[in-house]
Amino acid sequence: MIRLNKVFKAFPKGSMALKDVSLHVAKGEFVFLTGHSGAGKSTVLRLIYADDLPTSGTVRVSGFSTASLKRRDIPRLRRRLGIVFQDFRLLEDRTAEENVAFALEVTGTRRSVIAPKVMRVLTQVGLATKANAYPHQLSGGEQQRVAIARALVNDPLVLLADEPTGNLDERATRGVYQLLKDINATGTAVLLATHDLDLVRQASCRTVELQEGAVVYDSQDDGPAAEGHA
Amino acid sequence: MRLTVREALLSFRRAPVLSALAVTTIGFALFVFGLFGLVAVNLRSTLGEIEERVEIVMYLTRGTPVEVVTVAIGDIQAFPEVESVEYVTEDQALERARRELVEFQGVYEDLTANPLPSSLEIRLRQGYRDSRSVRGVAERLSGFRFVEDVRYGRDWVEKLDRLRDIAGVVGLVIGAGFAAAALMIIATTIRMTVLARSREIHIMRLVGATDGFIRRPFLLDGAIKGALGGVLAIALCYGAFMLVSRGLFRASFFSTEQTLLLVLLGTVLGFAASALSVNRHLPRV
Repeated sequence: MIRLNKVFKAFPKGSMALKDVSLHVAKGEFVFLTGHSGAGKSTVLRLIYADDLPTSGTVRVSGFSTASLKRRDIPRLRRRLGIVFQDFRLLEDRTAEENVAFALEVTGTRRSVIAPKVMRVLTQVGLATKANAYPHQLSGGEQQRVAIARALVNDPLVLLADEPTGNLDERATRGVYQLLKDINATGTAVLLATHDLDLVRQASCRTVELQEGAVVYDSQDDGPAAEGHA
Repeated sequence: MRLTVREALLSFRRAPVLSALAVTTIGFALFVFGLFGLVAVNLRSTLGEIEERVEIVMYLTRGTPVEVVTVAIGDIQAFPEVESVEYVTEDQALERARRELVEFQGVYEDLTANPLPSSLEIRLRQGYRDSRSVRGVAERLSGFRFVEDVRYGRDWVEKLDRLRDIAGVVGLVIGAGFAAAALMIIATTIRMTVLARSREIHIMRLVGATDGFIRRPFLLDGAIKGALGGVLAIALCYGAFMLVSRGLFRASFFSTEQTLLLVLLGTVLGFAASALSVNRHLPRV
């Protein structure tokens, strides 16, 4: 479903952000992407949601390939993805419900469809009772749940999460992680970039580690017994 | 579509001062444009009135028989430029002189013989009242055998022509200048809106909004601001018109079509400016 093939990405100044990265994420998989800051995790995610193009190599996502991607394809590609960031990226002047509904409105969804769908995902992330709260009235963990609800509302094939727990305390972190696991259990693939090694250790999921722009470890290559590495 | 309208209107609530400033500047730019338009409209109607009075007078040789004159009137009336020909006999000329030149009444009353010649007064059709046509007709009239003299306000006609040409050029230049200024002001306000809403635009892109969808509210925003500026300009023009027409002289205001045209001009300006600005700045957000 997501396949990076021999991807190189150069920084504008010439040094390499990614070096010969090949990675395959299958349907319904849960994958940790780990590594220090600057290792290239965010770059991998940005190439997947076509915020940038690889310098060489190809990135294929759900039938779209960077080899033939046109500007007008990008919105259609992104509608198949859900994206979550460390800083939530919510609109401060809109309620939780409006923030989630926004994702449907801008893709031209019919109004009659929007309200029930929004309520469904807000319930799924445990925020049905705070639908009318503004972001500043919510805790960090709750704001991230709103962001996750917004990412989910378009029924994405894969959820991309870039350090989603980076701004959260431990309890909220565990809650958000559990939510991502639950979402994964319903069939949505999750690609979670994080440098939180505790989180990775607790989990028994596939882990891919990046170092200076190269894949240095993929637990899949070790076989199913590769738990505990970090 | 609902979202587009809502987003466009929201920009007024989010940045009321900036929006008001944009509308006001467009309003003032179009106001100056409109003022010139008003001057042009009034100048044109005044010129029209003056032009209607343009006529050629052809003085006839004393003793020309009435039959000859009648035939000549028929000939002259057949000229494509000529609207009407009026025959003023010697007696009529004297009577008119007595009536109109009050100061010389005594002089004319003491006369035993009539010194005034008979004449033909020729009025030209609308569209033939420019200096070239007038001169052309006058030259042809001089060809008649019984003509003593042909008079027409040559300088007067030429000056009118020049005045109208200058008015047209000045109007075009000033209008274009102000249109450019208004364009730049709207483009700047839209640019500021784009930057102010960069976060929202970024999120719209992330969730898969198309470029067209993102662009639409800005275009509508610009068009609405332009239209409101146009309405403001009309209001200001009307104020100025009332002030002038009450105190100084009789003037006429824009017709309904011209009023709508000014508002439409504002709308088009606003739309064009925001299209320019959005196309330039959106890719960088």
